[in-house]
Amino acid sequence: MSTPFRILPRVTDRNRHFWTGGRDGELRFLRCRRCGTWVHPPAPVCPACLGDDLDVVAASGRARVATYTVNHQAWMPGPELPYVVAIVELPEQHGLRLITNLVEVDPAEVRIGMEVEVVFEAHPDDEVWIPLFRPVRGNGR
Amino acid sequence: MTPEEAVLVGERRAVISGVGQSDVGRRLFRDPLALTAQACLAAIADAGLRPADIDGLATFPGGMDTPPGFSGVGITDVQDMLRLQLSWYTGGLEMPSQLGAVVAACLAVSAGLARHVLCFRTVHEGSAQAGGGRASVTPGGGGGSFRATGFMEWTLPFAAPSAAIWVAMFARAHFDRYGTTREQLAQIALNARRNAARNPKAVYRDPMTLEDYLSVRMISEPLCLYDCDVPCDGSTAIVVSAAETAPDLRRPPLRVEAAGTAIRGRPSWDQFDDLTTMACRDAGAHLWTRTSLRPADVDVAELYDGFSFITMAWLEALGFCGPGESGSFVEGGARIALDGELPLNTNGGQLSGGRLHGFGLLHEACVQLWGEAGERQVPGRPEVAVAAAGGGPLAGALLLTR
Repeated sequence: MSTPFRILPRVTDRNRHFWTGGRDGELRFLRCRRCGTWVHPPAPVCPACLGDDLDVVAASGRARVATYTVNHQAWMPGPELPYVVAIVELPEQHGLRLITNLVEVDPAEVRIGMEVEVVFEAHPDDEVWIPLFRPVRGNGR
Repeated sequence: MTPEEAVLVGERRAVISGVGQSDVGRRLFRDPLALTAQACLAAIADAGLRPADIDGLATFPGGMDTPPGFSGVGITDVQDMLRLQLSWYTGGLEMPSQLGAVVAACLAVSAGLARHVLCFRTVHEGSAQAGGGRASVTPGGGGGSFRATGFMEWTLPFAAPSAAIWVAMFARAHFDRYGTTREQLAQIALNARRNAARNPKAVYRDPMTLEDYLSVRMISEPLCLYDCDVPCDGSTAIVVSAAETAPDLRRPPLRVEAAGTAIRGRPSWDQFDDLTTMACRDAGAHLWTRTSLRPADVDVAELYDGFSFITMAWLEALGFCGPGESGSFVEGGARIALDGELPLNTNGGQLSGGRLHGFGLLHEACVQLWGEAGERQVPGRPEVAVAAAGGGPLAGALLLTR
């Protein structure tokens, strides 16, 4: 995925924190000020306590591969094949997950449970920073 | 379930009175409305009715232009073509799977809003995608000013536009947790191909071996080409009637024993609580709360196979085996064969029969119960059939008896 081709998300008032946090190197989510529940995808109400006082906070950027696939099919022009699509789960909360691409890794080496960390692909002209994940270096795995 | 509780199962006041299907092919290059007419008129005649008797109309997903060929025909097209006078109608995407349209029809006749509801589903993906292949499915294919919204906001930016990728991740989680193997998953595809050989309308009828399966190209690991259904052209129609109209019908109708429509988990592919199953877990469990029949009573199962792994998930969801046990359940293929303990996807399913998108499987369940499946008829006059459709957050199931 070295080619910076992407279909970009439509940035709105509801999701701007998520797609622009990478400008500051931060993986940002909504979090309920009252009960601490992380809310993703973004919504105006906390699903746990129904409060509407949601704060934008940065997660650690660490995650674990919940599942993945090595994709070989060219669904769109751009991405170099094969590439890895994964669902990663963040340690901040059980079930707090993202679909992402795993980068800087041999697809054959990917495993469920692998420790990964966020790295952002910048699309500054479009005001979007895409959160990708790579294996944690050093103490990882 | 007590007799008192059974009275509350509203779908039981509905019957299936007729089915019809157009020509089906990989690429027919025919007007999708003409295919729809062929299916609808066949279904109405099969029930012993005339178009003037039809007072309800239901479809999934309604008329829409994209993705190409996914649906070119909506409610208004069919109403106007046949000049139907309707008391009730519905069409849309946000319902318990493709079969949600049929469930809605059952409730409409049960509530007295209509007596005979024509349900249809038309696809022309085979022809519509002929130029650009599957890549033509991707919205905004070349990027440009297109921006992803809705669920696609969380998938398209990661080059994950296809359900093949999403299902592959569920299959990977299942393989990892339960030790499921490609050789086991292959049985879904091999069984479909064996049955397709006995179905003159099936798209792919040539024999397939395990070696063929294991050597074909990967799409999204662990799913290979033969784990993906085949886009085709065709239309399927089902007539749902109020049970009290039975004397007016050509032959004894099929009874709708129960529907399963629940979704308890979060409604998306990536946020669902268990990555080894899908919303089918909830719809399947729901179905068995509405009947005294049990999984062991089912004589034939037509379970959605947009991708082979979805069928495995439905086998578990409907309690034919325990969670995680679908791999060993289908091992070797004998149990799910036409003469096996649970004949599965008896017309070749969508993997080999063609992607008629849920309705083809329901059509086959009906044909089997009526004993009209010809060369692929399940022996022993089956009495109970289940049809289930949808993957990921889409799931709906119908239990039928004769």
